[in-house]
Amino acid sequence: MARLNVNPTRMELSQLKKKLVSARRGHKLLKDKRDELMRQFMDMIKENRKLRAEVEAAIADADRYMAVAGSVMQREVLETALMLPKQEVEIEVGEKNVMSVYIPVFQPKYRTDDANEIYSYGTAFTSIDLDGAVNSLSKIFPKMIRLAEIEKACQLMADEIEKTRRRVNALEHIMIPDYEETIKYITMKLSENERSTTTSLMKVKDMVLKQSHNFQ
Amino acid sequence: MYKAAVIGDSAGVLGFAALGLSVFCETDGEKIKKLITRLASGDFAVIYITEPAAALAEDTISKYRSSRLPAIVLIPAVEGNTGDGMRSLHEAVEKAVGSDILN
Repeated sequence: MARLNVNPTRMELSQLKKKLVSARRGHKLLKDKRDELMRQFMDMIKENRKLRAEVEAAIADADRYMAVAGSVMQREVLETALMLPKQEVEIEVGEKNVMSVYIPVFQPKYRTDDANEIYSYGTAFTSIDLDGAVNSLSKIFPKMIRLAEIEKACQLMADEIEKTRRRVNALEHIMIPDYEETIKYITMKLSENERSTTTSLMKVKDMVLKQSHNFQ
Repeated sequence: MYKAAVIGDSAGVLGFAALGLSVFCETDGEKIKKLITRLASGDFAVIYITEPAAALAEDTISKYRSSRLPAIVLIPAVEGNTGDGMRSLHEAVEKAVGSDILN
């Protein structure tokens, strides 16, 4: 711990005391912020983990269907079937403020509400497995959007928690002890000065009395 | 209004075309990096990328990790799940908590 490089004056002392008070307050606030962020982060991580497992399983499922479809259909036919989609999805991006971390909120908007619009091909020349693949992907898609949202939120919150944690630690272990030590140093220095003034005054008084009245 | 994109090898991502997502079939690392940068500066809010494709453009993806948009999400490819997607989750926990407490 290092004492700050300041002049030991009363003005510095009162300024430092004010700084110490606000540092302590800031420390308490940041600590609360860190705890609350951490609590929400843990909830999100739990959901994120569950969602990811679900999405990964569903995509693996769709890939299996796709592999079968690819084996019974010619590649060109498969690509042609999916080349011109009827359905179109756009994403509306909102914003949510979680403990001053701005996390995006995604809302998918489909061109049409018809659930069958995902099949962009006639059923005559395509394998039924292609339907299975497209169907399982479309079922999991809302969860995929939620996964994107929550994964982004987790990343942003992890950043913020790290920053807050560093700030809390810096205040707790460096700034506040430094202020305390400097305040102690100035108080000691000032009282030392005061004692020295008192003693010299007493001495002078003695000398003056002795000179004028021959007082012993 | 934003759009969603899928990047990966053709077999793994073709199915998403039917849902109305923009599909980009790319297997070359440099091209993937350029593509991500282009999509991110465009109006794409969500980019799904297969794990093998993401492994080729790791630095570009990590660049967008702390920005608000786009959200880049790893999905398993046809070859199977490499666990990279879960790993990024563990990384986030490690960053926030200081140690990986999920295991």
